[in-house]
Amino acid sequence: MVATMIQISNLMKSYKLGGETVHALNNVSLDIKKGEFLAIIGPSGSGKSTLMNMIGCLDRPDTGQYLLDGKEIGKMNDNELATIRNQKVGFIFQNFNLLTKLTAIENVELPLIYSGLATKARHELALDSLKKVGLADRAGHLPTQLSGGQQQRVAIARALVGQPAILLADEPTGALDSKTSMEILNIMKELNEQGNTIILITHDLNIAKQANRMVRIQDGQLFENEGEPIGNFTIY
Amino acid sequence: MKVNQLAILQSIKMALRSIKGNKLRAILTMLGIIIGTSSVIVLVSIAQGSTQNVTNQINNLGTNLLTINTFGTDLSLTQDKIDKLSKINGVKAISPVVSGRVTVKKGKTSSQESLTGTNEAYETVRDTQVTAGRFISDLDVQSRSKIAVLGSDTASTLFGTDNPIGQTIQINGNSFEVVGVLKSKGSSMGQSGDDVVVTPLSTAERLTKTTSVNQIYLQGKNQNQMDVLMAEVQDAMSRMFPNKTDSYNVANQQDLMNTMSSVTQTMTMMLGGIAGISLLVGGIGIMNIMLVSVSERTKEIGIRKAIGAKRRDILWQFLIESVVLSCMGGIIGILFGLGVGKLLGSIMGMTVTFSTSVILMSFLFSLIVGVVFGVFPANKASKLNPIQALRYE
Repeated sequence: MVATMIQISNLMKSYKLGGETVHALNNVSLDIKKGEFLAIIGPSGSGKSTLMNMIGCLDRPDTGQYLLDGKEIGKMNDNELATIRNQKVGFIFQNFNLLTKLTAIENVELPLIYSGLATKARHELALDSLKKVGLADRAGHLPTQLSGGQQQRVAIARALVGQPAILLADEPTGALDSKTSMEILNIMKELNEQGNTIILITHDLNIAKQANRMVRIQDGQLFENEGEPIGNFTIY
Repeated sequence: MKVNQLAILQSIKMALRSIKGNKLRAILTMLGIIIGTSSVIVLVSIAQGSTQNVTNQINNLGTNLLTINTFGTDLSLTQDKIDKLSKINGVKAISPVVSGRVTVKKGKTSSQESLTGTNEAYETVRDTQVTAGRFISDLDVQSRSKIAVLGSDTASTLFGTDNPIGQTIQINGNSFEVVGVLKSKGSSMGQSGDDVVVTPLSTAERLTKTTSVNQIYLQGKNQNQMDVLMAEVQDAMSRMFPNKTDSYNVANQQDLMNTMSSVTQTMTMMLGGIAGISLLVGGIGIMNIMLVSVSERTKEIGIRKAIGAKRRDILWQFLIESVVLSCMGGIIGILFGLGVGKLLGSIMGMTVTFSTSVILMSFLFSLIVGVVFGVFPANKASKLNPIQALRYE
């Protein structure tokens, strides 16, 4: 029995937008097992981003339960959430979101700074992580001196460096051409084969198909992949 | 605690880098602090220098000095009264003075000088020294000798570089022999101490055709008992001249010193205060830039928060940045202030006194300014919602 990494049950989240209440997440439940490569697909405005924020511990649900690696997230305060993000979540963004004034390796080191690691250990881990994405030779480069694909690889290295429970990729190929996109996806597949749990959020079905399992989100409700269910997962 | 130290060190590095990355802005921001600290240092140093000047000048007048000034001619301070005053316990020396304006001539050169007729005690009471020749002696006063001691300016006016000792000058048409030249005292409080002719008291009384002295200088024995001595002198004077207290006044040198020092202290405080205000304005400049920096770096804050920066981490980052800015400004300002102070001292001949405490205070103040005006922007940054911050372009 593979351990459950993420256990989401009956998650609700609504926003007030221009006087109207928008149910961004409507009774969403989802289990993700350790080592899975899951794609969440949905058009814009579907509640995809809200779900991502929720999984990434950037936001708290109104009601419902979210267990990440056995920890209840819903009732944590800001500081505890920051610690959880630091230790359990590796973010990969569409626009890479590297700090432009820091070199590649400094960007990768950043999560370790916030977890309070000593300089030397930090440097070694960061270099290891850069090696995994094949960019050890670009450690001293600034993001502006790197191509889009390389920048995204640095971002992946940064997400990996803290050995998080999940890698959360939000449209990781959205700003890349198709060739580089494939490279990035291959890296992610590789990482998945090495045992990392990866959650890929995208609106592109072709990208989503690269994952082992696909869920669709529409109008705040979650559906297991139409047609090609992989594994035994309950649809709520 | 270890976490914090690491984060702080890292933040300092990061702050330095962000300052380096935007040099012009950093310099402009620091300019306020630089001007503030340097003006505090320059102004306070000048004020303290002039305080010291004044103190020195007052001390030059003589130590433990009491002065009796008479304003009217109706007060006849005759020799017997002066003798009575000199017998007061605690009086070390007494020196009556008759003064007036006289015309002094040497050959074709003639000039108006102030005449001081006094006794031999004047030399010690007023802390005067002769550079050449001798001062008036007791015998000169008794025998009404026609001798004169010249102030250094008077000597150079009449004799130029020649040696005046032993030469003869004309004072109001009478021949006098020059026996000494006084050491220059410089001018103090608007009076030149060097444009004088000193003659024996008895001779001066004749020259000015008066028999009452205008001024009496008393030197006390003990610095700590000047107040007691002053009371006794006042008491003696009022017994000698009942109902005429308006015609004279007794002044204590220490009082003058206290008055002057309170004036200069107020001046120092005012100058320091004005300069301090400019430091404060510099602090507002820092706050402004930090606020701009926070909104410019919203995205960065979002990224940092997403990868695990706590509120505290962000707060420290921006606070340290503003403190680094203000401290750098403070240090540059101090160096600049010291430089300008030295320059003013040498070019304009001002007495400039630097004190470590003022330097430390102004540095401390700039540091405090950095903290105070950094807290608000830093707090604002730390409170940003990571989701919105990430979305910010």
